[in-house]
Amino acid sequence: MTLYGRFDFDYIARWISPGERVLDLGCGDGSLLRYLQETKGIRGYGVELDPGNVTACIQNGVNVLQFDLERGLQGFEDDSFDHVIMSLSLQTVRHTVPLLKEMLRVGHEAVVSFPNFGYGPHREAIAKGRMPVSKHLPYQWYDSPNVRFFTIADFDALCAEQGIQVRELLAFADGQPVGGDPNLKGEVGLYRLGRQGSGPGG
Amino acid sequence: MTDPRSVGLVVPQTARFDQELPLKSGARLPGFELVHETYGNLNAARSNAVLVCHALSGSHHVAGYHDAADPDKTLGWWDNLVGPGKPLDTRKFFVVGVNNLGGCYGSTGPRSLNPETGKPYGADFPLVTVEDWVEAQARLADRLGIDTWAAVIGGSLGGMQALQWTLAYPERVRHGIVIASAPKLSAQNIAFNEVARQAILSDPDFHGGHYYEHGVVPRNGLRLARMVGHITYLSDDQMAEKFGRKLRHGEPRFNYDVEFEIESYLRYQGDRFAKSFDANTYLLTTKALDYFDPAFDYDGDLRAALARARADFFVASFTTDWRFAPERSREIVYALLHNGRRVSYAEIDCDAGHDSFLLDSPHYHAALGAYLEGISA
Repeated sequence: MTLYGRFDFDYIARWISPGERVLDLGCGDGSLLRYLQETKGIRGYGVELDPGNVTACIQNGVNVLQFDLERGLQGFEDDSFDHVIMSLSLQTVRHTVPLLKEMLRVGHEAVVSFPNFGYGPHREAIAKGRMPVSKHLPYQWYDSPNVRFFTIADFDALCAEQGIQVRELLAFADGQPVGGDPNLKGEVGLYRLGRQGSGPGG
Repeated sequence: MTDPRSVGLVVPQTARFDQELPLKSGARLPGFELVHETYGNLNAARSNAVLVCHALSGSHHVAGYHDAADPDKTLGWWDNLVGPGKPLDTRKFFVVGVNNLGGCYGSTGPRSLNPETGKPYGADFPLVTVEDWVEAQARLADRLGIDTWAAVIGGSLGGMQALQWTLAYPERVRHGIVIASAPKLSAQNIAFNEVARQAILSDPDFHGGHYYEHGVVPRNGLRLARMVGHITYLSDDQMAEKFGRKLRHGEPRFNYDVEFEIESYLRYQGDRFAKSFDANTYLLTTKALDYFDPAFDYDGDLRAALARARADFFVASFTTDWRFAPERSREIVYALLHNGRRVSYAEIDCDAGHDSFLLDSPHYHAALGAYLEGISA
């Protein structure tokens, strides 16, 4: 996440109000939470399974909980966080829908980002007959930690079907926001999500 | 042999307290002594003190050695953690180890003379609780001029004391470090303790707890108690790996002598323990474990019980610990989250069961060391 995540820190931070409670799932070395602590004075907790990252979070002055996300968020109480973030790791989780619902149970809003398989150059790779390999998809098909392969359009459809409200979508390429068709131009999609029927802005 | 990361030769000290101590049971101790050791130096602001709380069989002797001629055999029980350059760094922290009330390593306990009778207390020594230990430790803190602990740390029963400190004296603890512990014992935990107690209580040499006067000790009972306890400290995997079904003579002999290596190991552990530990202390310490339940007064609601805490927390558990399994530590973590406490939690992959907390597996000491480093002294 430190490798690829920084470009979206500023954009995520714009959605966070000072002093919020923030839960970051798959928080890596804690650099996003540290950034939000320093810029927004949030009270943050990260969830991370990798032992080296757990120690790195502690060194970064970030609260970290070594929980396995595949076990879900059942220990966390309803509405106990303002934002629940999952940055560039939704594609690594098998139980996608239960986790999204859990994020919106525990948090008023969810912030989710993922690499977009519908990105133009990826489509070209497939058209040429090979799986895409890029900055945000650096793995070969046989050694990838990713278990779900989907596009921005796929994710939009899932949200509509599951009653998840898309409150904002930003698409990025080369670390910069892009205009036009996000599913074609965006290497990464960054979403602000809420529950259908609850007010925007949480 | 001088190890630069050892605190070296240490000499225990004794603090005498003459003011009566009311106990949770309603009994009163007219006065008491606490044996303790300190490592490192208390800084001018008195802000760098760390209290180390011991578990069932531990003592005040946390680090360093007592005999310069034989350091290895007289090493403190948490020497791998405490010392200059170690995770609990004595160049930064002033570390205090204390033998709890009711102990058998010099603090007032069943072996001490009862001022009312002039004889050893024996079974008349009142049952003490985790809360009572913390009260006694608080008096030691006063004596040492420590208003606020930078941290209180402990594993297992020691972790319960660390947690209790944050509840009894929220303003006097900046960091609670609770390792391989639980918010209360399960029925299974209590069951194992009860078997251990029955082993002691039914030993003919127990004499109702007044065995000192008879010149005997209930060695067999204590040995059995330790053997049962020891099984719960190890993991199934580790026992299988270490001993498996290895036979001492390579073939069965069809008798009740030691045949399987695990039998030999348990008997050795039991014998060694029974020679050095006191049966009355073992009894009352297992009861202190059983009684500990900060949520009891809150209808079993741990979240309400922990609302008083003001400290930051580090909680750790070990994957193969089935005595105090990771789930038990997570209960503490979720209750702390509910109360908005700052908390970090490490679930450490280590095959050594409950006893993992005494070892120095890399992730364990890395995470704990990082947490301790982040504590301002």
